[in-house]
Amino acid sequence: MPPALRRLTRFLTAHLDGVLLSSILLMMFAGLLVLLSASNGSLARTSGQLVNMLIALSVMWVFANIPPHFLQRLALPLFILGCALLVGVALVGDIVNGARRWLNIGITRIQPSELMKIALPLMLAWYFNRNEATLRLRNYLVAGLLLAFPAALILRQPDLGTALMISASGGYLIFLAGLPWRIIILLGVAGLTSLPFLWSAMHDYQRQRVLTLLDPTTDPLGTGYHTIQSTIAVGSGGALGKGWMNGTQTHLDFIPERTTDFIFAVYAEEFGLLGNAVLLVMFLFVIARAMVITSNAPTLFTRLLAGSITMTFFTYAFVNMGMVSGILPVVGVPLPLISYGGTSLVSICLGFGILMSINTHKKLVQT
Amino acid sequence: MSELSINPGIEIRDSERELQRFRSRLAMLGVFVLTLFGLLFLRFFYLQVIQHSHYSTLAEANRISIQPIAPHRGIIVDRNGVQLAHNYSAYTLEITPSKVSDLNATIDELATVVEISPRDRRRFRKLLEESKRFESLPIRTRLSDEEIARFAAHRYRFPGVEAKARLFRQYPQGEMFSHVVGHIGRINQREVEQLENDGRLANYRGSDYIGKTGLEQSYEKFLHGTTGVEEVEVDSGGRAVRTLSRTPPVSGNNLVLNIDAKLQEIAYNAFGDRRGALVAIDPATGGILAFVSKPGFDPNLFVDGIDPQSWAELNGSIDKPLLNRAAAGTYPPGSTFKPFMALAALFYGKRTPQQVISDPGYFMFGGHRFRDGRPVPLGAVDMHRSIVVSSDVYYYSLANELGIDPIAKFMALFGFGSRTGIDITGEAAGVLPSTEWKMRRFKQRWYPGETISIGIGQGYNSYTPLQLASAMATLANDGIMFRPHIVNYVEDIRTSEKSPIEPKPLRDLGLKPEHLKIVKDAMVGVNKEGTGARAFAGAPYIAGGKTGTAQVIAIKQGEKYVESRVAERHRDHAWFIAFAPAEQPKIALAVIAENSGFGARAAAPVARQVIDYYLLGKVPNKPAPAEDD
Repeated sequence: MPPALRRLTRFLTAHLDGVLLSSILLMMFAGLLVLLSASNGSLARTSGQLVNMLIALSVMWVFANIPPHFLQRLALPLFILGCALLVGVALVGDIVNGARRWLNIGITRIQPSELMKIALPLMLAWYFNRNEATLRLRNYLVAGLLLAFPAALILRQPDLGTALMISASGGYLIFLAGLPWRIIILLGVAGLTSLPFLWSAMHDYQRQRVLTLLDPTTDPLGTGYHTIQSTIAVGSGGALGKGWMNGTQTHLDFIPERTTDFIFAVYAEEFGLLGNAVLLVMFLFVIARAMVITSNAPTLFTRLLAGSITMTFFTYAFVNMGMVSGILPVVGVPLPLISYGGTSLVSICLGFGILMSINTHKKLVQT
Repeated sequence: MSELSINPGIEIRDSERELQRFRSRLAMLGVFVLTLFGLLFLRFFYLQVIQHSHYSTLAEANRISIQPIAPHRGIIVDRNGVQLAHNYSAYTLEITPSKVSDLNATIDELATVVEISPRDRRRFRKLLEESKRFESLPIRTRLSDEEIARFAAHRYRFPGVEAKARLFRQYPQGEMFSHVVGHIGRINQREVEQLENDGRLANYRGSDYIGKTGLEQSYEKFLHGTTGVEEVEVDSGGRAVRTLSRTPPVSGNNLVLNIDAKLQEIAYNAFGDRRGALVAIDPATGGILAFVSKPGFDPNLFVDGIDPQSWAELNGSIDKPLLNRAAAGTYPPGSTFKPFMALAALFYGKRTPQQVISDPGYFMFGGHRFRDGRPVPLGAVDMHRSIVVSSDVYYYSLANELGIDPIAKFMALFGFGSRTGIDITGEAAGVLPSTEWKMRRFKQRWYPGETISIGIGQGYNSYTPLQLASAMATLANDGIMFRPHIVNYVEDIRTSEKSPIEPKPLRDLGLKPEHLKIVKDAMVGVNKEGTGARAFAGAPYIAGGKTGTAQVIAIKQGEKYVESRVAERHRDHAWFIAFAPAEQPKIALAVIAENSGFGARAAAPVARQVIDYYLLGKVPNKPAPAEDD
């Protein structure tokens, strides 16, 4: 190999993680196949997703090449910006479909809650890292407040799904940062006792979703329709599935949002329990690799950040599959790497980019 | 790690302990991940293995829709193949109310695309009240090709609205056959229950219509056919994607009638503006040749549900177009009863044909004076003359001699006072008076004085034109009685197999030929030299007949009935019964012309035109003239 080419290859691959990258690519490929079926063989949607994937992979490459300490410096300003934008949304945001989620910044509309998905873990990791030597109970309290502020703003939009996902990513991080067990137990008890109050604070449509989860048949043509039809799709798939492009629930239009949030119903119908097992193993493999990276991360900041990214990825996958198979309420969460949609892909791959960066820059830190 | 050793040792141990703690927490999360994924796998296993067949069934139920295919209804034709009820295919615009949020707004918007009249709206409202919300109901029928094209272009704006190709029932002969053929209409809740009880509901899955009246109702089982089934794959919107299997429907059988549509038309038109009824029967078979009730109505109005306004018009009309006068209208038979009374006299041996009765123009009984309709006394009257000139006195005294119960017993043989069993429903039984009847009806005994006017067909006597026609046919056929039937045979259109309706005689009355001859000869005399002579003048065949007048209001003792003084609706009904040719009758009939005065004047000319056409093929060019008596 000529030295120039070798240098180019090295430039391109130096900060990538081969194991992670290959499993991500494999899942993306599987996602494209499912999408092709879900969109009734429409190449337009599938090739659109292919473009999304290329963009997401580029973002991943860029973030893989940004050293973690650089992100560490960005954490505070990003978080402040994110919070400011969320406040802006609450005050002057655009209402779409009954929820105030978008902020018009002149050239385009943005959804600040998306930024918060990465800004919050960065901020918390930065905060714990800063106080590493002197961690007190008070620090966890501050971290909790840092988490609660944006989460409350997002919940108010209202966007229950995103608020939960952001809370989860922050929660995992605080747990990994060593939140004492007594506090965890206390929070658990408090959480259970506050359920009735939470119920009364919920919006009608959110309550409806919870009720529908408990018994989807109460509203088979309304809110229960999604769950009933996706459960039928999964169940009728059987052990080996109906075969690619052969799902009747999919191709006769019974599964709503089947290219995005409910794409797993398509997959489970066409590939069956065997396919589901393979998919779970693929997810587990990615998560396991990410955990190894997390475990080997050199600093508290990178460890916490990597752990949060890993667990958030897992949570997306679990909540989505749980929702489609009818054990979790319908919250608008995509299936990572499989669902159609650029935003979700980019944010997932951005996370993987950071993981790769953490894994490949630690030697530099150490030397 | 060597570079880090510049830090104090205590810190290394601390951060190593921190790292250990972090790793143990991470390991816990790892266990958490495995647990939740394990839970997911169990859920998948439950759904996809344990509950697989349940969800498979649900998916199939989602996917496959069993759609009934309505059979073509059999058609109804006259004896010569003239269509009386047939089907044609056209488009309708149908709304499924359950799929439409605002019905009025949708209809208003539809009206901008295709024409929707206020009548269409009224009819739709009425259908809506009578049906379930998930049924599709027609808002417009018989759309033109252009309207269909316009709707197709705007279809996306109208979820829950569909254009459907449907078979429509049509009655080309209109009101002329309204009481014979009847009509179909949308199946109502009561009929659904009836079908369910009979176990026939499954066969009506794809059917919206059922026979409501006339032959359409009584031959429903033959006409309807067998519903087919199509298994189609549907998408979530319920649209058929492809057909999986198909059992074709079996068309209903056709009805071929004994009625001659041309004869029916001539009879109908012969009434002119008058109301009335005519039943003509082939005496040798009991087959109905013509069955007229005038006025009729347009049965086509009823097929898709009649709008309330048209219904009110028909139902409220003083002419009672909805009444089937021929089978459900009952009238005193008047003098047309006399030939049967004469037969009864011979049957019981109460009078000989030659026996002469003196007719002074009235009959005294118990201080009552029973008038003859005529101003002049007839003098000596034998049986033949009593029929030819229609002597009342002869029959007053005869009735008195026979007594009410023997009269009732004899008349019952001819079917008076009981339903003939014709093959349409709605027939009235009429009243054949007897002591037993009066006790049952009025809880009173019979007074001998009441028997007198029974002899001339008045009093409690009340029969349908159909009964009179049937009795006439039985007499003409020498006492061999058939059940009158409109349908000649039912034809299976696949096998062309013909199933005749009642070809066998019902009963033989056992009348003596010499008795029959006396009465028939007298009836021939009526048309030759008696009350029917004017109407049958110049007929190239020999016909027997008898005129009759049915009183609408009672005339007081000592008062004279003067037609011009009586309101039109209170005038007497004119009767005529006839058979021809006399030696071997091919047609027997009964005609009633309501409020038309004496039978000879309005009813006999109608009979003449009908018999002329039936025997000679002669088509009259105007309604039967009303003659002066």
